[in-house]
Amino acid sequence: MKLLLNGASIDAQVTTLADLIVNQGLGDAKVATAVNGTFVPAAARADHRLSAGDAIEVLAPMQGG
Amino acid sequence: MRDFYGTTLPNGLMLGTAQYPSPAILADAFKRSGASVATVSLRRESGQDRAGQDFWQLIRNLGVRILPNTAGCHSVKEAVTTAHMAREVFGTKWIKLEVIGEEDTLQPDVFGLVEAARILTEDGFQVFPYTTEDLVVADKLLHGGCKVLMPWGAPIGSGLGLNNVFGLRAMRAHFPDVPLVIDAGLGLPSQAAAAMEMGYDAVLLNTAVAKAGDPAAMADAFASAIRAGQLAHTADPMEPRDMAAPSTPVIGKAFLE
Repeated sequence: MKLLLNGASIDAQVTTLADLIVNQGLGDAKVATAVNGTFVPAAARADHRLSAGDAIEVLAPMQGG
Repeated sequence: MRDFYGTTLPNGLMLGTAQYPSPAILADAFKRSGASVATVSLRRESGQDRAGQDFWQLIRNLGVRILPNTAGCHSVKEAVTTAHMAREVFGTKWIKLEVIGEEDTLQPDVFGLVEAARILTEDGFQVFPYTTEDLVVADKLLHGGCKVLMPWGAPIGSGLGLNNVFGLRAMRAHFPDVPLVIDAGLGLPSQAAAAMEMGYDAVLLNTAVAKAGDPAAMADAFASAIRAGQLAHTADPMEPRDMAAPSTPVIGKAFLE
């Protein structure tokens, strides 16, 4: 299905948000996720089913002031 | 020193982690300065470069307290969502709340800030609001649950120092029991010393150190200035006066005309 991941279009064969994170090679990574502008906690990713066109943000620690 | 949501810090330096020439220089700056708090952020991560994972390891090794920010957020919703994501990633209730209202000065949108601070406080966050020196806004932030205030010294990254000394002095006098942190705009250690002499509890800075020719030396200089300013404040400085007053005793002076 077509998704928008961090602003880029992708085509991924996944069902849930947890699947997508693993699919992207971030299964073990320290990241936080949001779908369509709403925060999805790590514990809820496996139950969060994605739909075509969903916009997903995957964020990680970064430098900041 | 006052505590910040129940945490007493060993010194008054909070240091940002952005814009350093290299990770090694960042680590060196923290080591030389003894800064006890590091501000961090969240940005998009990709499975290819995993830049955030390396950075996280670097920050963990610093052994300092983490203060995540909501930098770049322009709306209440964006800031609140970012705060929730930061709490999960960094494992802390602390959040440096930024709701930016204007691009040229990066001035906070104080209306959005007050609303976001209230929402996050109700959600269990311990909010460090990046605000102006406006006393009415400050009062609303405190009523919304903030127990720390972080007025700007000058626009972020400007290095202009304490732009409104009167306003910052008034804020310190008006809220004598609230932990106050000068956040943003400092360029020189003398400006940090001035803030601490005024009775501020800490300063938060980034660009002045990261963009110095020798960031570690500048971090050390800021740490020394902060210590000096804090000590001077507790030593109860003399009152300035307009006219000279001889420091050498006049009584007993010889008559030699």
